Amino acid sequence: MIRCEHLTHIYGRGTPLQTQALTDVSLTIAAGEFVGIIGATGSGKSTLVQHFNALLRPTAGHVYLDGGDLHARGVDRRRVRREVGLLFQYPEQQLFEETVSADVAFGPRNLGLDEDEVQMRVRRALTLVGLDPDRFGPRSPFELSGGEMRRAALAGVLSMEPRMLILDEPTAGLDPTGRREILGHVGRLHRERGLAIVLITHSMDAVARLAGRVLVLDRGRLVAEGGPREIFADPARLQALGLGVPQMTLLGQRLRERGLPVRPDILTVAEARTAVLEALRVRGRSHGAL
Amino acid sequence: MVPPLITVRDLHHTYRSGTGSDTPALQGLDLDIYPGECLAIIGGNGSGKSTLAKHLNGLLVPTSGEVRVDGIDTRDPEAVWQVRQRVGMVFENPDNQIVAAVVEEDVAFGCENLGLPPAEIRDRVDRSLRAVGLESVRRHQPHQLSGGQKQRVAIAGVLAMRPRCLVLDEATSMLDPEGQREVLGTALRLSRQEGLALVLITHWMEEAAQADRVLVLAQGRIVLQGSPAEIFSRGSALARLHLEPPEAATLAGELAAAGLPVPPGVITIDQLVEILAPPP
Repeated sequence: MIRCEHLTHIYGRGTPLQTQALTDVSLTIAAGEFVGIIGATGSGKSTLVQHFNALLRPTAGHVYLDGGDLHARGVDRRRVRREVGLLFQYPEQQLFEETVSADVAFGPRNLGLDEDEVQMRVRRALTLVGLDPDRFGPRSPFELSGGEMRRAALAGVLSMEPRMLILDEPTAGLDPTGRREILGHVGRLHRERGLAIVLITHSMDAVARLAGRVLVLDRGRLVAEGGPREIFADPARLQALGLGVPQMTLLGQRLRERGLPVRPDILTVAEARTAVLEALRVRGRSHGAL
Repeated sequence: MVPPLITVRDLHHTYRSGTGSDTPALQGLDLDIYPGECLAIIGGNGSGKSTLAKHLNGLLVPTSGEVRVDGIDTRDPEAVWQVRQRVGMVFENPDNQIVAAVVEEDVAFGCENLGLPPAEIRDRVDRSLRAVGLESVRRHQPHQLSGGQKQRVAIAGVLAMRPRCLVLDEATSMLDPEGQREVLGTALRLSRQEGLALVLITHWMEEAAQADRVLVLAQGRIVLQGSPAEIFSRGSALARLHLEPPEAATLAGELAAAGLPVPPGVITIDQLVEILAPPP
């Protein structure tokens, strides 16, 4: 769905503050895929994804949506931004209408849709993020909890009915329940509605649970890509890049160092439980006792 | 027993909204914080954590009740700088806390306001930068630093004031994993080496699990307190409070339920490794 070829981005070109944010990045993201992007602060994650919906223009290289160059002459970039929705960091700071419904309706109304269609989309989008339209729709966004506000902002992006959803640190500042709820809804949008998801996060645990493929950025370059099991199998390298591995992967690696033969690519608590019980059973048999 | 450094008695705080619909943020808190201890404060969004933090160094004063730091009442307008010298805070956003154009000038900023002689300031800045491991970037400009380094500069600025207590209010939440490790590791080390009380306000349960004591807030009240092992063994109570145990604690519970000899109160990966694969 999205393809970047030799994408380079330089901010403030020709000024003393010139910084090269991306260098020669080539990648593809398929329709319906769930991709996690990880990288240290300043590695270029946010700059990269702002090219996916043409908010930024490459300094060199090309970005294609469904095979069409986003910066070719005559491209309707408003259509691009409908298809590729982007939820910025701390999106609740951009809520501004008097009611949640009005805020979510803002985008579709600007598309010039008739009012029935707008209202239908508002209800659908709020339901998708777990906010009952009758209960939350009439309320002021500023009366909501942090997690609810974040989900209302997500509904605003969903009301445009995008095919790809990009989330930049969607859980920052939320409590554990707020994190679980928003990521739960994102996971369902992917599984049940087939949305392609691009998730930028510092939480290795979230990437492990959700992403089918992981992209690793380091100082503006794409330095690794692969399934989460493959990426998290090399903790020393990730550490050198300012990153880490999921909690349960770390546990598995520590147990192996101590000689307990668990599988090396554990990602979740459920997998860790199975792996530990299995490894102890095997060792118990070889030692003649459990 | 050592007397507490900070005492909080029946603390109430109400933010004045100006619309008449004032909501109480804190509703009668009692708390003692002791020298050298590491206290984690957790709670859902809006539970009052940050409001409580701002009372610990007089950024807010009680609507009713009392907060004393080293015996000084935070409501005494004459004593506000004595309170802030004793309790330093580092906040969430690394880009909002640095005021000077060069790292060492930033660290010196607070001391200069205390009116200390230049040689004393020099000495304190050197020691503080060494304590957070940033001597090598002393002449750098703040924008050249990573997020974790910026937060350590902020910690150094607090240390230069010779405080008794350091409060980290979600100071790692915007950092990458390396930055999180740097900042928390630095704070825990300083607390142990220098006898500094450390208050960690956090949404990351793995961080709270490293404290000596955990306080859980909900709707402006303390609803649970105890050791991390006690708090994080209570999965269902935590879920009602919008919290959850660290993954290691969840796994420990499941392994115990499956019949393995994992005792209650196991909440960290280190503990699990010792139990499941003890050294030969």
